[in-house]
Amino acid sequence: MALAIAPLAVDNCLTRNEWICGEYLLTRRTELADATMQHLGIVLASVVLGLVIALPLAWLSRRYPRLEAILLGSTTAIYTIPSLALFSLLVPLSGLTVQTVVLGLGLYSLTILVRAILDGLRAVPPEVVESARGVGHSDGALLLKVQVPLALPTVMAGLRVAVVSAVALTTVGAILDAGGLGGMLLDGQRTNFKAQVLATSVLCVLLALVLDLLLVLVERMLTPWLRRTEVVR
Amino acid sequence: MIVWRIDVWAWFADPATWQGDDGVWHRLAEHSLLTIAAMLIAAAIGLPLSLWLGHLGKGGVLAINVTNVGRAIPVIALLSLLSLGFVGSDTLGPFGRAGLATLLTLTAFALPPIVTNTYTAMRGVDPDLVEAARGMGMSGRQVLVGVELPAALPVIVSGIRLAVVQVWATATVAALVAGPGMGRIIVHGYDSQDGAEVIGASIIVAAIALLLDAGMSLVQRAVARPS
Repeated sequence: MALAIAPLAVDNCLTRNEWICGEYLLTRRTELADATMQHLGIVLASVVLGLVIALPLAWLSRRYPRLEAILLGSTTAIYTIPSLALFSLLVPLSGLTVQTVVLGLGLYSLTILVRAILDGLRAVPPEVVESARGVGHSDGALLLKVQVPLALPTVMAGLRVAVVSAVALTTVGAILDAGGLGGMLLDGQRTNFKAQVLATSVLCVLLALVLDLLLVLVERMLTPWLRRTEVVR
Repeated sequence: MIVWRIDVWAWFADPATWQGDDGVWHRLAEHSLLTIAAMLIAAAIGLPLSLWLGHLGKGGVLAINVTNVGRAIPVIALLSLLSLGFVGSDTLGPFGRAGLATLLTLTAFALPPIVTNTYTAMRGVDPDLVEAARGMGMSGRQVLVGVELPAALPVIVSGIRLAVVQVWATATVAALVAGPGMGRIIVHGYDSQDGAEVIGASIIVAAIALLLDAGMSLVQRAVARPS
């Protein structure tokens, strides 16, 4: 690497503060890659947390129908709270840390995931469950072989929404210095650094697109029987 | 880790919290003004457009996907791009610094739920009903206003409900970049490491969000009743 401290006379897209700047991408690629990986880590951790909480909640709602309205109501209420306020309200619990952001995003994803899992389970026709019992499937086998596969498309659709939302919302974690692309984006905005603002914005959207695409591929692999009847969404 | 002195009651009880240009009342007024303005603009653009598209049954891919695209774009990314870009961050009357960029961002995030819900609602109207209305000799406009719109109204209102909540939240986050509103108080609290200010303002923002949602759900219920 030949660059040291650039003299002021240097004229390139960085000193001209251009939006699109190869020099910026080249010199900050490590920083950008690190921030993207942190961003990805926060998103994955939060959605996994959301799933871990959503599964038992959905199961409870199925088991005790009276709970359903309360659970759906309260998870929807969480979603109504603006992210900046939700993260802030969680600070007394987990401090100015990345965990606070993960917790907040996990709570947000609950709204989508609990509903998706419930809708998915509901999509299984009772006749199918009956006939599976009829051929001698136990409850466990019924769940694994019949209900989960049939619920999968709905659950995956919910998961895609949760992941894409989480990628965008993770940027708000910048207020807690939680890392990820949001911090760099905000720094870029505050210092009028156009190349950084554009690069981090594009990376955010790309990350969301790539994760969404990956989930579509996973869904296709898991549900080979749906391949011919493309679901229009 | 910074340990915050968190005494939210004292913050609420302090008259200085509520008064002045940085006080809650002034910031709340700004926040409400932004929310209302963005909602009006978004409704004025989004409703006629999606009603018409839904009536014609065209542009479905666009109307449905606008929500998916909107979800992937971070608020602070769009606002930063606009305020550093051609829109600039000049003060715009009561909307404050980067007023136009903030307003455009809020409108952009209000549009997807309005457009998608309205379009979906219009397409969901019973085709037999529309057919019968046409058979009676109603014009396209009469069918839209007299038959499709009333049937689609509950779902349209649910889209407006989503948009209101979305805009309120987006206006809060906009303070991270610029712009007025309650978010400024939260951000100020972080900058001055005043936990009570952060929590207090967040409680107000969250409570109003919940009230807005509850209020809109009442409206939704009211318009759903006749059908």
